[in-house]
Amino acid sequence: MLSRTADNLYWLARYMERAENIARIVMVGHRMTSLARSLGNSGNEWHSTLLAAGCEPAFFAKHAEASAPLVIDYLVRDPDNPSSIFTCLETARRNARAVRTALTVDMWDALNETWYQARGGGRFAATADLPALVDWVKERSLLFAGAYANTMLRNDAYYFTRLGTFIERADNTARILDVKYHVLMPRHEGIGGALDYYHWQAILRSVSALRSYHWVYQDRLKPWLVAELLLLRPEMPRSLLSCYEQIIRHLELLAEAYGGKRGECHRIAGELHAKLRFGRIQDIFQSGLHEFLTEFIDRSVTLGDEISSLYLL
Amino acid sequence: MGSPEPSDVNLPAAEKPETAIPFDEMGTAGQCRPHYELVRRWLDETPPELLALKRREAELLFRRIGITFAVYAEGGDPERLIPFDIIPRVLDAAEWELVSRGLRQRVRALNAFIRDVYHRREILRAGLMPPALVLHNEGFRPEMQDFEPAQGVYTHVAGIDIVRLGPREFTVLEDNCRTPSGVSYMMENREAMMRLFPDLFAHHRIASVAHYPEELLDTLQSVAPPNCQGEPRVALLTPGAHNSAYYEHSFLADEMGIELVEGADLFVDDNVVYMRTTEGPKRVDVLYRRVDDDFLDPLTFRPESVVGTPGLFNAYRSGNLTLANGVGAGIADDKAIYRFVPAMIRFYLGEEPILSNVRTFSCAQDGDLAYVLDHLEELVVKEARGSGGYGMLIGPQATQEQLAEFRAKLRAAPGDYIAQPTLALSTCPTFVEAGIAPRHVDLRPFVLVGRDIRIVPGGLTRVAMRAGSLVVNSSQGGGTKDTWVLED
Amino acid sequence: MRLRVRHQTAYSYDSPIAAAIQTLRLTPRNYDGLRVVQWRVWSDRRRELPVFIDGYGNPTHCHAVNYPHTDATVFVEGEVETAATHGIVRGAPEPLPPLFFLRRTPLTVPDAALEALARQAAPQGSVLKQLHALLHLVRDRVDYLRGATDVATTAAEALAAGAGVCQDHAHIFIAAARQLGIPARYVGGYIWTGLETQEYQATHAWAETFVHDLGWVGFDPANRICPTEAYIRTSVGLDYRSAAPVRGIRRGAGAETLSVAVNVIQAGVDQ
Repeated sequence: MLSRTADNLYWLARYMERAENIARIVMVGHRMTSLARSLGNSGNEWHSTLLAAGCEPAFFAKHAEASAPLVIDYLVRDPDNPSSIFTCLETARRNARAVRTALTVDMWDALNETWYQARGGGRFAATADLPALVDWVKERSLLFAGAYANTMLRNDAYYFTRLGTFIERADNTARILDVKYHVLMPRHEGIGGALDYYHWQAILRSVSALRSYHWVYQDRLKPWLVAELLLLRPEMPRSLLSCYEQIIRHLELLAEAYGGKRGECHRIAGELHAKLRFGRIQDIFQSGLHEFLTEFIDRSVTLGDEISSLYLL
Repeated sequence: MGSPEPSDVNLPAAEKPETAIPFDEMGTAGQCRPHYELVRRWLDETPPELLALKRREAELLFRRIGITFAVYAEGGDPERLIPFDIIPRVLDAAEWELVSRGLRQRVRALNAFIRDVYHRREILRAGLMPPALVLHNEGFRPEMQDFEPAQGVYTHVAGIDIVRLGPREFTVLEDNCRTPSGVSYMMENREAMMRLFPDLFAHHRIASVAHYPEELLDTLQSVAPPNCQGEPRVALLTPGAHNSAYYEHSFLADEMGIELVEGADLFVDDNVVYMRTTEGPKRVDVLYRRVDDDFLDPLTFRPESVVGTPGLFNAYRSGNLTLANGVGAGIADDKAIYRFVPAMIRFYLGEEPILSNVRTFSCAQDGDLAYVLDHLEELVVKEARGSGGYGMLIGPQATQEQLAEFRAKLRAAPGDYIAQPTLALSTCPTFVEAGIAPRHVDLRPFVLVGRDIRIVPGGLTRVAMRAGSLVVNSSQGGGTKDTWVLED
Repeated sequence: MRLRVRHQTAYSYDSPIAAAIQTLRLTPRNYDGLRVVQWRVWSDRRRELPVFIDGYGNPTHCHAVNYPHTDATVFVEGEVETAATHGIVRGAPEPLPPLFFLRRTPLTVPDAALEALARQAAPQGSVLKQLHALLHLVRDRVDYLRGATDVATTAAEALAAGAGVCQDHAHIFIAAARQLGIPARYVGGYIWTGLETQEYQATHAWAETFVHDLGWVGFDPANRICPTEAYIRTSVGLDYRSAAPVRGIRRGAGAETLSVAVNVIQAGVDQ
C-alpha cells in the first residue's frame, strides 16, 4: 500500500486513541481536584494534568496560570492545541478523509459522524458538562475501535491501524501513571494517607480499571500493585505489556506480509516488550517509577520514528 | 473595413429569440412526450409531501456518503452538498443515439486538432484559424511539440457540455478536454434514485451507468506508454483532500481499485515514475491525473507547485508514463478556440458537424467587439480563460451597472472575452420550494478515448435551481439530476 | 575553431537531503555553425543520465538522486567544431515556428520603460538595424553587475535597476524585440573568452531573433556583438524559465552550497 495511506491509517488510529486518552487524563484531573477540595486541600492537580498530557510547555506559552477552566479549555477544545480532544477528532477525520478508499464504510461512518457531532450542538461549548463530554468521547472512540476491529480486512492496512492504536495507548497509560509523580502532596498528608489513596483510585478509574484491580488483587489499593497492573499485567488490556504484545505481534505480521523485511523498530519493540514481560515491580520502584516511565516514553517516541522510517516515508 | 456582421466562421447555430418559450424535456402541459409518460404518471400519483420526504432522505444519503463539492471564493461551508433534484431527466434511445454520435465525432476532431497543433499545424497552414490564436494561447504548451502520446490520444476523458434548444437540436456550449469533473455525481445520483424509488426502475428500461469505472480503467490501460512492460499499473493523481473534486477522485480510485496518489507519493528515477509504498517503490505506467498542467511538475511548469512531482513531465516525454489527460489538451477547450470546432470536424474528418455550436463573438476582433458592445443586453459574455461560471455576464438579466462595468472591461481587454447569444436552454420539471416547476438544464456526458471511444449512456444533468436562471454551474448554486437514457 | 568544454557543478548540503532532481539543458546540437565532435553528461552518482529532446529541440538530461545524500557532482565534457556565421543560425532543428516566439512570458512582460526602449530602436530602418541599435541600447542602459539580480528577475525589473547579468540583458533584449514585432528567444550556452581570468563566466546567455530572409540571428547584448565561433548554443526557449540550463528541486532541509567550475578552451592549443 502507499506509504502515505499507511501513515494516515496509523495516525488516524493514534488521534482517535489520543482523544480518548486526553479525555481520560482530564477526568483524572477533575477527580483529583474534587477530592482535594473535599479534603480541604487544593494542590497543583491541573498542572500535573498538563504534564501528563504532554502539553505543559505549549500551555504556558499561551497562558500564565494553570487554572481549572484554562487547562480544561486547552485540553478539551483549544484549536491551537494539536492534542486537544477537538483537534484530535478533527485530525483523525482529516486523515480518514485522505484515505477514504482504505477505510471500511463503518470506520468512515464512525469517524465522520463523530466529527459532525463534535462540530454541532454545543457539545464542545465552554458551558458543556465535562463528565458527559468525556463519556461521549470514550463512547465514540469505542465505536471506532469496534468498527475497525470488526470490519477491516486482516491485511497491512489493519496492522498499521492496530500499531497506531497501541503505540498511542502505551504512551498514554505511561503518562496517566506519571500524573501521580507530579502531584504535590500537602505536607501533613503523607504517602498512604487518604488523599494518596484517592489519587490511586482516580488513576484506576480513569483507565476503567478499578474493578479489574479488585478482581486481580482482591486487596486494598497499594501503589505498587496499581503500578504493576498498569505496567506488567498481561490480563489488563491497557497495560504497557498488553500494548507491547499487540505492537510486536503486528510488527511481526507486517514483516511476514512484506517478505520478511524487518528493521530497527522490530528490535526496539522486542527490547521494550522483554523489559515488561520479565520486569518486576519491586525493581522498578527501587530505581524509581518516574524514571522508568520517562525512559519508556522516550523509547516509545523512538519506536514511532523507526516505524515511520521503515514503512511510512 | 469594419463589416457590420461578425466574422464568424461557423454558420450561426440555431438560436431562439429570448422571448421564445424554451423546449421542455417532458412536454407542454397538454402533451407529454411519450418517454416521459411514466415519470409524469409517477409525479401525478405521488403527493408533494412524499416527494419532500424523499428529497430529505436523498440529502441525508449524500451527506452520509460524504459526496460534497467545495466552492471557491464563497467562503461558506467547504463541504457543501450540491442540491440534488429527485425528478429525473429522460432521453429516449433515438435522442441518445444522435447525441452520442455527435459526441464521438466531436471528440475525434478535438483529439486530431490537439495532435496537429503539436506537430505540423496543418490547420494553421490551411488558413482555417489565426495562427496567433493558437501559438500565443496560454493553453498551447510548447513543451508538447513533436511529442506523440500513446495511441495518439491527448484528451482521454472529455466532458462536453450540451444544451438542448429543440426536439432534435442539441448544441455544444463548451468542451472540457483537461480534467472535467462530475462523473461521480452521474453515478451517485443514479444510486440514490435506485434506493429511493426502486419501483420506477422496475417499470423502465433505463441504461445502466454503473460500468463507467470499468470503462475508464479499460481506457486508461489501453493507453499504456510505449516502454511499459506487462500489465500497466494505473494510479489516480489528486491535488489532495482540499481540492473541490476530491470526493470524486477517491470515489473513482476506489471503484477502479487503483491507488489514489498525491504528488508527494511519487518520485522519478531514471525518467521512470514510482510510487512510495510500504513495500518499497512500485513503478507507475499510467496516471489518471486530476491536477492541472501548471502544477503537475515543478521542474517543468510552475516551480512553486507543491502538489506535483518533479520530473513527471520528463518521464512522460520519455515514453515511460502516460498522463491522462495529456498535457496541453487545454488548447482544444479554450473558449476562443471553441468557435473553430466545426471547422476542425470538416478539416480533419471531412464530415459535417452533428452537434451544432453556439454562435460566438470573439471580442478581440474589431467587428465583433462593436457588435457585442451594441448588443450587450442580449448576449452572454464569458471570460475566455474562465470556467465554472465565474466572471460571466448574462445580458438580459444584468443591471445597468453590470452592463456598464462589462463594457469597460471589454474595451480594456477585449481578447479576454467572448460573447454568445442568450440561449433558451431546455427546461425540465424540477421539485422546488413552490412545488414542481420547469427549470433550465444542460447535460455533460463523459467521452472516454483510448484505443476506441466509449460513452456511458447518460451524463450529468445540471439544473439551475432558481426560476429563470440560466446558470447551471454547481459553483453558482446549480443542482443536479439523474439522467436516464431509455433503451428501446 | 575547435573548442573543448569541461563543466562541473558540485552540490553539497550541510545536512543530508532526502532527494534531489535536476533537468539539464547543457548539450549542443549540430547546425551550420557547429558540429558536435563528442559530448557527455554524467554525475558521480550516475554514470549515465537519461536524455530526451524537449519541445524546443533541446537535448534534456535528467539527474535524480532519490536517497539521502550530502553531495553530488554533475559533469559535462565535450568537444565541438565551430565556424563563424555572423550570428546566423541555419540548419538547426526548429520545431516551433517563429510566430510562437512573439509570445509574452511573465519574465518578459514589457512595461512603459521597455516600450520606450523599443521605441528608441524603432526609427533605425531595417529590422537588422533596429536590432543592432537595440543591442547597444540594452548594454548602455544596464551595467554588468553580478548579484544585482537573480533567476526570477524580470526584464522590466532589471532595466529599472540598471544592472544585471547576461540573463537580464537577454531578457530585456527579447522583450524589446518582441515589442517591435520581431520574434525573439532566449539562448543558453558556453562561450570561449580566450582569457585566463574571465570577466564573464564561461556559461553564458544571449538572444536570437527571427529576421526575414536570414532566419534566426543571434545577438549578445552583454558583449555588444553577434555570436561568433566562440559561442556554443546548448538551449533555446521563450525565456530563462523554459531554456534554463539547469533546473533543480530538492527534498530536505539541508542548506545548499553550489560550486561551479567551467572551463572552455581551444582544443590543441596550449593554455
